Amino acid sequence: MIRFRLEQRDHTPVWLNFILPVSAILAALIICGGLIALAGANVLTAYATLFLSAVSTRFALVETWVKATPLIFTGLAVTVAFRAKFWNIGAEGQLLAGAMAAAFIGARPGLPGWSLIPGMILAGGLAGAFWAAVPAYLKTRFKVDDVVTTLLLNFIIFYAMMALLEGPWKDPLSGYPDSPDIRMEAEFPILLRATRLHLGVLMAVLATPLVWILMRHTALGFKINAVGENARAARYAGLNITAVMIITAVISGALAGLAGVSEVAGIHFQVMAGISPGYGYTGIVIAMLARLNPLGIIPAAFFFAVIITGAEAMSRATGVPVFLADVIQGTALVTMLVALLFNQYRLRWNRTA
Amino acid sequence: MSPPVPLLEMRGIRKHFGTVKANDNIDLRLYPGDILGLLGENGAGKTTLMNVLFGVYHPDGGKIFIDGKQVHIGNSSDALALGVGMVHQHFHVVPRHTVLENLMVGQKGNFGRLPKAAIRKRMDDIGQRYDLSLDPDVRVEDLTIGQQQRLEIIKALIFGARILILDEPTATLTPHETDGLFAALRAMAAKQMGVIFITHKLNEIRAITNRVVIMRLGKVITSLKNDARTSRKRLAELMCGQPIHPPERPVKTVSDASPVRLSLKNICTTGRARTHLKDINLDVYGGEIVGIAGVSGNGQKELADVIAGVLKPSSGQIYINKQLLKQISPGIVQALGVGRIPEDRTGTGLITTLPLSDSMVLPRISEKKFNRSGFLKQGAIRQFVTRLIEQYGIKADGPDIRTGTLSGGNLQKALLARELAWDPQVLLAAQPTRGLDVSAAQFVHQKFMDLRQRDRALVIISENLEELFEISDRIAVMYEGRIMDILPVEEATVSRIGLLMAGVREDAA
Amino acid sequence: MSEILAQIFQIGFFTALIRIATPLIFGTLGELFAERSGVLNLGIEGIMMLAAMTGFSTTYFTGNLWLGVLTAIATGMIAGLLMGLLTVSLGLSQHVSGIGTTLLCSGLSFFFYRLIFKQSSSIPKIVAFKTVPLPLLSKIPVIGPIFFNQFALVYIAIAIVPISAYILYHTPWGLNLRTVGENPLAADSAGVNVHRVRYQALLISGALMGLAGAFLSMAQFNAYTFGVISGRGWVCIALIVFGQWSPWKSAAGAILFAFIDALQLRLQASSLINLPYQIFLMMPFVLTIIGMAIVSRNARAPAALLQPFRKEER
Repeated sequence: MIRFRLEQRDHTPVWLNFILPVSAILAALIICGGLIALAGANVLTAYATLFLSAVSTRFALVETWVKATPLIFTGLAVTVAFRAKFWNIGAEGQLLAGAMAAAFIGARPGLPGWSLIPGMILAGGLAGAFWAAVPAYLKTRFKVDDVVTTLLLNFIIFYAMMALLEGPWKDPLSGYPDSPDIRMEAEFPILLRATRLHLGVLMAVLATPLVWILMRHTALGFKINAVGENARAARYAGLNITAVMIITAVISGALAGLAGVSEVAGIHFQVMAGISPGYGYTGIVIAMLARLNPLGIIPAAFFFAVIITGAEAMSRATGVPVFLADVIQGTALVTMLVALLFNQYRLRWNRTA
Repeated sequence: MSPPVPLLEMRGIRKHFGTVKANDNIDLRLYPGDILGLLGENGAGKTTLMNVLFGVYHPDGGKIFIDGKQVHIGNSSDALALGVGMVHQHFHVVPRHTVLENLMVGQKGNFGRLPKAAIRKRMDDIGQRYDLSLDPDVRVEDLTIGQQQRLEIIKALIFGARILILDEPTATLTPHETDGLFAALRAMAAKQMGVIFITHKLNEIRAITNRVVIMRLGKVITSLKNDARTSRKRLAELMCGQPIHPPERPVKTVSDASPVRLSLKNICTTGRARTHLKDINLDVYGGEIVGIAGVSGNGQKELADVIAGVLKPSSGQIYINKQLLKQISPGIVQALGVGRIPEDRTGTGLITTLPLSDSMVLPRISEKKFNRSGFLKQGAIRQFVTRLIEQYGIKADGPDIRTGTLSGGNLQKALLARELAWDPQVLLAAQPTRGLDVSAAQFVHQKFMDLRQRDRALVIISENLEELFEISDRIAVMYEGRIMDILPVEEATVSRIGLLMAGVREDAA
Repeated sequence: MSEILAQIFQIGFFTALIRIATPLIFGTLGELFAERSGVLNLGIEGIMMLAAMTGFSTTYFTGNLWLGVLTAIATGMIAGLLMGLLTVSLGLSQHVSGIGTTLLCSGLSFFFYRLIFKQSSSIPKIVAFKTVPLPLLSKIPVIGPIFFNQFALVYIAIAIVPISAYILYHTPWGLNLRTVGENPLAADSAGVNVHRVRYQALLISGALMGLAGAFLSMAQFNAYTFGVISGRGWVCIALIVFGQWSPWKSAAGAILFAFIDALQLRLQASSLINLPYQIFLMMPFVLTIIGMAIVSRNARAPAALLQPFRKEER
């Protein structure tokens, strides 16, 4: 009889950092290929359309980066939170909080023009931070499960946003549930002429190494890690767990809030119901694929931006439902999770009589 | 007359974990009526062997015979069906369930009614036969440790055990409770059951067993009859493989001039913990080691948590170097010079999933030495940890290795290094040598002695009385959250301490 | 004031309350079986969504409601197996496995719904479950119309509460399940196969979540929409904490939540209070969080919740 068992690794080889996510993605694509076939399309054609449409032209490439921007922010937000085992499933809600704050500041007529962009960034970051600090406070003070609260808070802020959109913010002329447009001076500058490559893209790309430095080279990052790996040991070693947890939540929420700011100031110039098609949840998939390493966030976010934008083209060309993108996300999270086993364990085959 | 058929025979059992040979070709026989001592140091492979017998581990090779017939034990239900029962060192009970519920787990029949009446009847039978009785309707979390152990034994008997394995059963019992256990075991042997008694305590081997198997480093060293010729010293040398030298304790008298380094005044605690501290008064002087004895669960953990700053007393004062603590937190206590070696090295000590260097600088990460305006000085951290690894002879492939890959002894050395590197004024250590081999334990004791020589104060909590007698200057005994008495080691005897551990004061006895 | 109360608390209010509570009772009990065995099933939201879709689609094409219900149950059980593979066999993080299951299942439900029904201008509908008045009982004044003139699935939900309590507390299997959730080592050393029990729990869990989804798309509504679950699964997880992991108390929590939900629906419709209706929609979620803040401190989850069980590890 041949049986296999898992054995602990002493060291995690560096190449695993690349192999694991790549194999997880390949596995997910193969599994989802079955769905494409089920939909009656040619698997290779569908995938070719999906991937090529998102990167083949300069315009498409830029658009994919624009799509990747909120994903980078939410991916980073989840990374920081999960490092501390603060189960922030609420990046979606924190993004909405940031977007609403940005839309509010950006449309203020009384403020001087130069103050609008920094004001939006600040307000959006703070709003996201606040919306994440609530569950962190409830977790540390009342031991309320963070998964449940962050999820429920997503619904609460979504309803709050809809109340605003259909109430005070409703467009009096068209009657659409859209917030008033932000002022011209509040719009993020365009970095590349005749495209939508806006300041937010640059901010996201710059935020990544900053978060990496935070996690890798600062005492705060050290503490976040330690609390996540073993909160009890960290507490006995003199760390203030409550403070670390709340600061983690604040950083995580602020990053998610910036995703909302960037969408409002760089793309939509207003808030509307569909401002986030689940960027917060995709952020979880991205963070896990990046193995909670900030440097992995950009490629992972770019990959899912390709999937999300490419899925539309694929759907038009082949008739495969656009929701294939959602299935790929879910599948990739599951396959990555399985792949992570090989991070700590190796497979051993035993022959026994 | 043909020789009797062994109740149990294990032949050529092999089991390895990674590269470690935990069991290397082990042979063992148990006859009806035997109480077999399985003696060896921690890490000798005793528990592994018994886990193979109980179906927890699958051996890499070897055969098991019961009543002369070869058997295959794939899991614990196979073992139970063959009449093998095991009382693990850490009890496998559910604290929130009642005694009766604990005894009904694993009984047959999925969706019928629970066999309450039948189990109550079995409990009565067993209670009369072996003098082992318990209230079936009490929640297990309200039982003493000794009663929980009795529950485990009853459970094994209800499953029909004819071979009973006990893994270090006396580690957490008072001397009185131990006597009760031994009486029950003798009654079982008289009924032709076989008992395997795992221990590293020599006295117990002498007191209860009729045969001894001695294991060392995964091998059986020898098997002998327990008679007058098997002296303690001989057993000890067989077990350790080297002559034993108790550590030397330089004579040192604590004079009035010695400073009080740690002082607890009227400390009480409340809250969720089962044991509350009641009016604890303890002064520890520079240059002395105070040992804390007691059956586990009598407030030692709470006392350690108070000294570590994790548990805030509901009343009372703590002084460190004569300074009254106004605010209490682990950070504050640490900054005033209290070092701490916790009982669970990887639970509240080092962090197994982090690199060793991170684990070792964890409490000091905010010090200027490692931290420049919020940024880590990676070079300084590596240098510091590398030096400690050398100084303490920690067997680890450099500071980047994952902490969890270190062996128990090396984890303890790493903790010791981490806490001693900052020259603590007061050192608190709980079960400092549990699970360590002799040389590692000696290393730890030597470090304690060095600190004592340098006028530091040490508080050592241990369930190992021999250890406390070896290293302490004074021994305090805890019972139900109180300090029953504090005796200078010269006046302490095992029987005096034992009585105090059971809550009996001499003047009352 | 009394006029307002009279306007709200009509018999219709309580009928609606029971209907709102039904999927929550199914979902909560489903989650309960998983958690009492030591597995947090965060797949609940996605499983309910997928089951609502498969159940609805089956009925749409066969016209057979009970076949749809069975499909939904089977869907839930398959998803439960996936959770089992990830958290029990492989021992992976229950948090992330559950989120993954939810994302995967909801993605699949969107994908297949669109694949089956294309993008049509009119929403596909079925003839949903009709109420089944129980003979005699439904004639009792007040109580009759509230409890005994309901959908068959409502009766099943009401029956499942005592059945679950009986199984958990009065059968050997239930005791084994609770032991596995408290101390898997204790169960293992008593010869209980921990992994098997957890798989069984996850199968039951998935089946009940499937029923919850089926109720929503086939009785409560007669169509499947992407917002058919809208957080009800997550609420079930909160209700377990609120109900201290007891089937009776969790079901009571579901009824309390349904009361608040039914109340806000009434207030929305009654124009007694002039607020945007979203504020009312928000209320049950806000109150759930407040409720959790009150009870969580003293809540005692099953001791082995979130702990994978691996044998042969050193």
